Amino acid sequence: MSQIEYGPEPGAKGAAAVEMRQVTKAFGELVVLNKLDLDVDPGEVVVIIGPSGSGKTTILRVVMTLERIDDGYIQIGDRQLYHEEKNGELVRASEKHIRSVRSDISMVFQHFNLFPHMSARENVMLAPIKVKGISTDEADEKAQKLLESVGLGDKLDHRPSELSGGQKQRVAIARSLAMEPRVMLFDEVTSALDPELVGEVLNVLRELAASGDMTMLMVTHEMGFASEMADRVLMFDKGRVLEQGPPDKIFKDPDHERTKSFLRAVLSH
Amino acid sequence: MPATWDWEYAWEITPDLIEGMVAIVVATVLGMIVAVILGLFLALGRRSDNKWVSYPVAWFIEFVRSTPLLVQLFFLFYALPQITFLPRAISTMSPLVTLVVALGVHYGCYCSEAYRAGINSVPRGQWEASTALNLKSSTKWRNVILPQAIPRALPPLGNYFVAMFKDAPQGSAITYAGVLFVARALQSADFRTVEPFTIAGILFLMVSIPAAMAVRRLERRVAYESD
Amino acid sequence: MLEELFLTSRQYQNLLEGTWVTIQVILGSFALGTVMSLIMGVARLSDKGWIRGSALVYIEFARGISAIILLFWMFFALPILFGLGGMPPMLAGILALGLNMGAYGAEIVRGAIQSVSKGQYEASVALNLSPRDRLRHVILPQAIPIILPPYGNLTIEVLKGTALVALISLTDITRVALVMRQNRVLSDDPVSVPFLFINVLIIYLILAQIIAQLFKVAERRSAKKFGST
Repeated sequence: MSQIEYGPEPGAKGAAAVEMRQVTKAFGELVVLNKLDLDVDPGEVVVIIGPSGSGKTTILRVVMTLERIDDGYIQIGDRQLYHEEKNGELVRASEKHIRSVRSDISMVFQHFNLFPHMSARENVMLAPIKVKGISTDEADEKAQKLLESVGLGDKLDHRPSELSGGQKQRVAIARSLAMEPRVMLFDEVTSALDPELVGEVLNVLRELAASGDMTMLMVTHEMGFASEMADRVLMFDKGRVLEQGPPDKIFKDPDHERTKSFLRAVLSH
Repeated sequence: MPATWDWEYAWEITPDLIEGMVAIVVATVLGMIVAVILGLFLALGRRSDNKWVSYPVAWFIEFVRSTPLLVQLFFLFYALPQITFLPRAISTMSPLVTLVVALGVHYGCYCSEAYRAGINSVPRGQWEASTALNLKSSTKWRNVILPQAIPRALPPLGNYFVAMFKDAPQGSAITYAGVLFVARALQSADFRTVEPFTIAGILFLMVSIPAAMAVRRLERRVAYESD
Repeated sequence: MLEELFLTSRQYQNLLEGTWVTIQVILGSFALGTVMSLIMGVARLSDKGWIRGSALVYIEFARGISAIILLFWMFFALPILFGLGGMPPMLAGILALGLNMGAYGAEIVRGAIQSVSKGQYEASVALNLSPRDRLRHVILPQAIPIILPPYGNLTIEVLKGTALVALISLTDITRVALVMRQNRVLSDDPVSVPFLFINVLIIYLILAQIIAQLFKVAERRSAKKFGST
């Protein structure tokens, strides 16, 4: 598989840091994120593990603005996501500002969410044309390159319904990369795949992680991948970071009993 | 606008228009009774195993549903009296009776579809259990199928009731003294158009919007209970 | 008696002219109704409360008022209120039927948009598509196959509604028949009233079938173009 070329334009800023401060999110009575502090360095690969319902997906969703935070601050690179400066003060941001900062963030979903009425090529081309305003020919060229680099050069004009799960997810990754994000979020991107298709997606993620050019925040159950590629692993439980550290530490010698019992349950299959 | 609206006149004609609304409600209720009963028979007819019954019934339903109520109304009012071999009672119906028959037949065809959907939504197992218990056909229908089919058909039936209410003023075309007929009569008599038609519209909204809201609430309740 | 079922060629010619008027009314109402359906259906889902509210008011009003009362009000009362001399019956017919259709169509559009999977919306956010592009390129194309079947039924209902314009003296099929009925005593070839109206009903039936077939073709093509299969 060739090198993934999502080629940030010369002059672009490269991978961005993510800083979350005192982030709180509740759904009704249920507090899902509880004054969360989380830092991700530029180009770092952070994997979040934890039991379902712990709120780990919500972390990704509030960064992607699919849910809005109730309290706290999220910074992407050198800009606040949910706040902007007005007359020297930090106030709640306008939609315009949020959209502007959001252009640095992209997300890949568990259920792909490809546009079913478009081919793989068109899926990848749509957003660059409409949002970045590049020409159709240029977008087409980039789409081809991206799809080739994830191993789907021969499936350019196939519809999602004609693709396997692993192929769909690779198209989804290419689609997100086409927007040249500085932070990418991965929400259990292999959980909906048949086991034999997981590998092809992990290979793509492996290349992306190895390049060091992308800040990656992943929620996953693929502990093997995490121990191989993650710079840091976070154990998340009941709305808070229980513990974090390099994969070796978390997987081999965790501090908390809860982490131990969770890993025992997950790794025993 | 104040120059063209006469409040005194408006208050003066409102009672007559309200009477017209009552006439509309009466026609709608009577029409609905006919439609609900006729619809059930049409639905059962359509399900008949006998092709000589089910096909003509299906064509009849399709024909009535695809053609305007107004024309059907004119047919009943103008054409029937011309058919010499019909008994006088049928060929010279009063405007009210004509309107009720037209509404009843027209919406009976719609109601039959609502019943059909309700019957089809009764789980297959109910039919099979009835066979396994060797129930008579009439028992099966009366005690097993219809009690389950009819609640599911109620929201669409409610919708048709509201729809019929909105179509009933077409009776003014055959001189039935509904609210629209009264408004047109006032227009000819007093040469005023704004007040009669505007008040007629307002009165109409005052009845149809709450009725539609009630049907929506019924829809929600049935959906809630079937979960 | 069977010969009486068929009218004379001159009578058919008159009915045909009436049919042309009916077709003009249905085309105009469909155009206006579809524009209103799309605008109001989308407006019902807007973030801004006043846009949602206005759309709701329009829908409740234009639905609740019954096409025939709206038609009479538009033809007789509206021109007086705005100081116009009068209103061409064709315009009144298209306005009344179109606005009425728009209210029902808006609910169809709204329901279809809401039934497009939430994941599509989320993918559009993840790609930072503007709300307008999201609607135009992702959501609406997937909503169209869902909109078409009930919209076809609605169009047939509006076709039936066009008969109402006969009551404001627009010479559509129904009006032509009514005039023929009235003049039958004086005319050279008297028409049998029952068969006259049966012919009229059959003409409407044919028009309804044409509409149904057109929508079937549209449904097939849109399923191919926009559908998930």
